[in-house]
Amino acid sequence: MNIKELHRQYKKRLAKEKRWIRFYQLLLLIGFFVLWETASSNRWIDPLIFSSPSRIFRLLMDMISDGTIFIHINYTLFETVLGFILGTLIGTILAAILWWFPTLSKILDPYLVVLNSMPKVALGPILIVALGPGMTSIITMGAIISVIISTIVIYTSFRNVDANYLKVLQTFNATKWQMFKEAILPASFPTIISTLKVNVGLSWVGVIVGEFLVSSQGLGYLIIYGFQVFNFNLVLMSLLIIAVFATLMYQLVEMLEKRLIKNE
Amino acid sequence: MGFLIVENVSHTYFSKDAATEALQDISLTVEEGEFISFIGPSGCGKTTLLSIIAGLIRPTAGNVYIENQKVYGNKDLSIGYMLQQDYLFPWKTIEENITLGLRLLKQDVDRGIASKLLKDVGLPAVEKKYPRELSGGMRQRVALARTLAVDPKILLLDEPFSALDYQSKLKLEDLVFKMLKQYNKTAILVTHDIGEAIAMSDRIILFSPRPGRIHEIFEISEDIRRLTPFQARSHAGYSPLFQQIWKELERLEH
Repeated sequence: MNIKELHRQYKKRLAKEKRWIRFYQLLLLIGFFVLWETASSNRWIDPLIFSSPSRIFRLLMDMISDGTIFIHINYTLFETVLGFILGTLIGTILAAILWWFPTLSKILDPYLVVLNSMPKVALGPILIVALGPGMTSIITMGAIISVIISTIVIYTSFRNVDANYLKVLQTFNATKWQMFKEAILPASFPTIISTLKVNVGLSWVGVIVGEFLVSSQGLGYLIIYGFQVFNFNLVLMSLLIIAVFATLMYQLVEMLEKRLIKNE
Repeated sequence: MGFLIVENVSHTYFSKDAATEALQDISLTVEEGEFISFIGPSGCGKTTLLSIIAGLIRPTAGNVYIENQKVYGNKDLSIGYMLQQDYLFPWKTIEENITLGLRLLKQDVDRGIASKLLKDVGLPAVEKKYPRELSGGMRQRVALARTLAVDPKILLLDEPFSALDYQSKLKLEDLVFKMLKQYNKTAILVTHDIGEAIAMSDRIILFSPRPGRIHEIFEISEDIRRLTPFQARSHAGYSPLFQQIWKELERLEH
């Protein structure tokens, strides 16, 4: 037995373990759909309410062939991505302003707490009246739901950057802007990325609720429309599509994380 | 006229509950090329004084001059400050870390300067690596290179060897000592280690605590000063001086 041989065996074991995990993950997925289908066709559950994978699939095929589903997906995806980027970006900028003016941050502290604990979706009706019943309101909903929590989390991270890094920069006569650019911001990248991950989920909530309220297009609209005409195939299909795209967005953020934070 | 003049410096920290007097009426003069150590029990304001000399804190009273210029708020003076840990920026390469000061001070960044400095501090060509790929001793050497890159008027060393293992510490002491002598730099070292202070300095200033005051000044004899820190530790005059300072420190702490 030499080391090379042992290493080969070790790698083989790892690969085997990974294969088994993948297998069970797949089994769970297939099992879920098979159980759902069987339960529905045998009327263990009410197919009118819980639909079934085959019905959903047929509906999806119909909507793909007439192209309507793409319009809805496009619409919602655009709103969500924009709301998500705006929410994080504005949150970061606000955090920077608070860091820059410590007195301002002390003054605003209680208001941030109030704004953060308030359910932002409750602002929906006001937004719609103020911005009109259209895409602008929905994107604003997607952004507003994540902006305050992003501000708070990122500002906390700005403040927790080790003061000795700033001391090093100070001995080089760095300006405040240089301290922000060289130390504060890059040291907080991991935090900003993790708020991005949280914001993926939050923006979907904002956008879907926004579409519930006003839209005549999009996946949120399909859900509320399906509910109104009691077409639960439509509701569950939209839900599955949202699950797929929300996961994809999350994966994209993780890829971004790996590229940006290679020095940890 | 001295190179560095500390003139009647006092400093008090204020908090909601108390006003703590950290330093009381400190005056001292340091000549160019001299190596001074500050030692004393914890809470004697050594690091506060170092920060004041660096121009990072404005003293409550008194002034500090380097070459007759006030240090606080002076953008023309360059001061080298080394901390207990290296504080290299983990997201920057070694080269970017070394040239950071030059860029911030808008000095010319020579293309070869990083590799030249790395060679000077006894490191191989690691410019393109990141700090995490280097050992603690190597990182502190890079921090030294970063400090020396801007050609500072004075080097302030705040226990820069204390976080290292003993062997790296001894090696780095010798390196710093040699480089300071080579460039005729003035330096002030804050340390807890009496041995280190004797081995490296020309003069040792012992502080008494609460509030920090200069208690006693020890001159190191010429024949120990000439030796490198490593050799100095085995000089005949080293142990008696160590004992003497040790006793003084003990007395201050009780």
